[in-house]
Amino acid sequence: MNPFSSGTRLRDMIRAIRACKTAAEERAVVRKECAAIRSAISEHDQDYRHRNIAKLMFIHMLGYPTHFGQMECLKLIASAGFPEKRIGYLGLMLLLDERQEVLMLVTNSLKQDLNHTNQYIVGLALCALGNICSAEMASDLAAEVERLLLTKDPNIKKKAALCSIRIIRKVPDLAENFLSPAASLLKEKHHGVLIAGIQLCTDLCKVSADANKHLRKNCTEGLIRILKDVSNSSYAPEYDIAGITDPFLHIRVLRLMRMLGQGDADTSEYMNDILAQIASKTESNKNAGNAILYECVETIMGIEATSGLRVLAINILGRFLSNRDNNIRYVALNMLMKAIAVDSQAVQRHRTTILECVKDSDASIRKRALELVFLLVNDTNAKPLTKELIDYLEVSDQDFKGDLTAKICSIIEKFSQEKKWYIDQMLKVLSLAGSYVKDDVWHALIVAISNAPDLQGYSVRSLYKAFRTSFEQVSLVRVVVWCIGEYGEMLVGNVGVLEVEEPLTVTESDTVDVLEACLTGHSADITTRSMSLIALLKLSSRFPPTSERIKEIITEHKGSIVLELQQRAIEFNSIIQRHDNIKSSLVERMPVLDESAYMVKKANSSQENIVAVKSSQMSLAGTSVTLPNGVAKPPAAPLVDLLDLSSDDALVPTSTSKDFLHDLLGIDLTNSSSSGFSIAPSGGTDILMDLLSIGTPVQSDISPETVSSNQGFAPTTKPTPTTVQVLDLLDVLPSNGSVAGDQSPLYPSITAFQSSTLKIMFSFKKHPEKPQVTEIHATFMNLSSDSYTDFVFQAAVPKFIQLHLDPASSNHLPANGNGTITQTVTVTNSQHGQKPLAMRIRMVYKVDNQEKLEQGQINNFPPGL
Amino acid sequence: MIHFVLLISRQGKVRLTKWYSPYSQKERTKVIRELSGLILARGPKLCNFVEWRGYKVVYRRYASLYFCMCIDADDNELEILEIIHHFVEILDRYFGSVCELDLIFNFHKAYYILDEILIAGELQESSKKTVARLIAAQDSLVEAAKEQASSVSNMIAQVTK
Repeated sequence: MNPFSSGTRLRDMIRAIRACKTAAEERAVVRKECAAIRSAISEHDQDYRHRNIAKLMFIHMLGYPTHFGQMECLKLIASAGFPEKRIGYLGLMLLLDERQEVLMLVTNSLKQDLNHTNQYIVGLALCALGNICSAEMASDLAAEVERLLLTKDPNIKKKAALCSIRIIRKVPDLAENFLSPAASLLKEKHHGVLIAGIQLCTDLCKVSADANKHLRKNCTEGLIRILKDVSNSSYAPEYDIAGITDPFLHIRVLRLMRMLGQGDADTSEYMNDILAQIASKTESNKNAGNAILYECVETIMGIEATSGLRVLAINILGRFLSNRDNNIRYVALNMLMKAIAVDSQAVQRHRTTILECVKDSDASIRKRALELVFLLVNDTNAKPLTKELIDYLEVSDQDFKGDLTAKICSIIEKFSQEKKWYIDQMLKVLSLAGSYVKDDVWHALIVAISNAPDLQGYSVRSLYKAFRTSFEQVSLVRVVVWCIGEYGEMLVGNVGVLEVEEPLTVTESDTVDVLEACLTGHSADITTRSMSLIALLKLSSRFPPTSERIKEIITEHKGSIVLELQQRAIEFNSIIQRHDNIKSSLVERMPVLDESAYMVKKANSSQENIVAVKSSQMSLAGTSVTLPNGVAKPPAAPLVDLLDLSSDDALVPTSTSKDFLHDLLGIDLTNSSSSGFSIAPSGGTDILMDLLSIGTPVQSDISPETVSSNQGFAPTTKPTPTTVQVLDLLDVLPSNGSVAGDQSPLYPSITAFQSSTLKIMFSFKKHPEKPQVTEIHATFMNLSSDSYTDFVFQAAVPKFIQLHLDPASSNHLPANGNGTITQTVTVTNSQHGQKPLAMRIRMVYKVDNQEKLEQGQINNFPPGL
Repeated sequence: MIHFVLLISRQGKVRLTKWYSPYSQKERTKVIRELSGLILARGPKLCNFVEWRGYKVVYRRYASLYFCMCIDADDNELEILEIIHHFVEILDRYFGSVCELDLIFNFHKAYYILDEILIAGELQESSKKTVARLIAAQDSLVEAAKEQASSVSNMIAQVTK
């Protein structure tokens, strides 16, 4: 026998643990006990097994791991005596949960115990099964439990009934097996069996419509009789609670009646009298009575009750609502939410009381009341209710402000009929609880202001005023910053003053003060500060007198340790210093934001995320490729690869027309008719895959430079002046002009193509430091007497040459050589000095809307290119 | 349906836990910590219900102990208060004016009583007398087994002497 485990009794261990003064001491005692129990387990000590499990249960409650005792529970359950089994089952329920595999091992013992002759052992097994059985165990043992439902002993019967509930919750398919024994339980007299039986019937109704039908047909009458008997019974000391006989039975019968009466007028009608009796006669001065009334009201709301009965129910709730007991008020609010669906007018009558409950000191009641108020808002009462709620927002608890703000905002958004009201209310919320406002709410406000030209001045002035008192509210500050940036001059110039406004004098430097405060305030986050920088940049163009000061503020942030701020400051500084001429157009007011599109976007924001990921992948693949020679390539459009640019004679279309897709189709059409090009459509291949196919086997033999040129083979449908401009602003690129200056044409111009209708001249430029690169200036001339429209020049080169087409000067070519189109073509010959330049060209244009096509090959390039 | 029953002392010590819905050991610890923070912080005059993770927790304080039961959002909170009181009255009769120490040293007895009141998270018996009778019958079974064991061991001890 183990000397340790025999040493301490359960009582002694608990005493020892309680005597511990520190957590460390407690851990030491527990560790010692656990060690003793473990060694007892490994020695298969039988005498003290039940004591060890009892100890483990206590240790388990303290939160220590006790999994090593699980098998011991199974051994105890398997032993013959009642005391061992009793503690074994208790340990099983406490130390295991239904998800543990070990549990399956107990199935056999359970089966034996369910068939035991001792009713208390059967009871133990039923209790354990009912509390922790898994779906597998439920299926395995359902037959035993079903049989036990029919035994005589009420103790076993009620336990089997509750056990059946667990079984059908786990395996709803078994429900029909239990239907007829469950229905017969309703004829019992024993309250325990009745309660368990009624509960089983309720659960059967939940999982099976057939069961509901069957019980409605056969048991409604019996149920009503049970309720009548119990509510009219004289004093019964065994079941009496506060003068009511067995409120638990009352409540369960009422609940099952709700299941049966739902959606069935006849059954509901049948229940009318007894419900009216319960609703009007039950004592409501004690909790037990109120619990019955509460359940009764819910049943009346749930079934197809007569209007008289519903009035009775709503009146009970009204009484509850004015009760002094917080519990009663809470359940009243809870039930009124369900009552709205039945009779919203009746609930509206209690609006004032409900609104008072929003301001209750009890968080649970406040929360319920707020949910209810939210359901009560309609077009007619939205304004006063919003006012009440906003007034309360000012004094409410910090913990409650988040919920309250969210609800107020959604009421305002949902019920605003006029923009000014919306803006006013949002402004109030922002100044009272701006820190709790979600991002999408203030974004929506900005969109709304942007769409209300006649209120922009008013908004920016109100915001300015609000800012002076509530500068610590994050969302408010952001809206203020954005609006001052956009509508600063309306603030200073008092544009669009409404009649209700008080006059306000704001100087230009005041606005800069605000932004500076937002930028440097210690509580400001990066978003706010970044927004402030943009707003400052905008103001520097609108208010020239302040530009010097703004420049200083921006300069200060050039050394900011926050990368985002530093970058913005440097970029903006560059704009202010070097590009004053374009500044005003750069910082123009934002175009009006599309309100309906924003609302749709907001609604689909979950989907939006997925799309955003996709489009970012796209743009990643399509971002401009900066080649080693410093020429920024425009992004390759995803569709380009559909034309399979890896073919030898890659075709580069260029167009000034906006219709890019049309162009692509045009190319495809003409190509299929021309024999010179092999175009294999990469049908079915993912565009993205294609874009990323730099390393695919097809192209693996190509030098990296050529490959990147493939990416660059973009139809430059739209010139990209913005990219160039921005790069230029940042002085990344050397100015083109200066390079051109010290460059002399070394090569003679050629006539690249001439037909009866069209002449193309090429002139060449070369950078001395980059012999491979040739800049070709193409000049197109119309020799016919009709003018050409939609003129598009396309060129293709062999693989070893890289081609880049700049946008053409125009797509319209006047007749009779009265004007020209020029276009710059840059070619990089990777085999410079070994192979000469070669090029195929094609010109597509329209004469009187007739599509024309000309093509040719250029072989007469001057040598040395 | 009652998802679990908790008895927590005012110091936040767990005195009894009973889980009728599957919660892993880790979750159980978390739930207990969360709820004791929520419930012990509430003032005496407030209502006895706390909304928590879409469920409701009905609690009632008796001296230094909080009895808590977690139920579905559409269950009858007032009835659960009665069930808690029912449980407490039975404990009181069994121990004879029950106190926290009774529940600490005889925690297993408290579990046995609870198992006669609730199964599968549903009420089993509304009569206190019946519960007391069933518990007494099972206790006497245990006593009888003990006596028998001691008499047998006495006999063996005498024989081996």
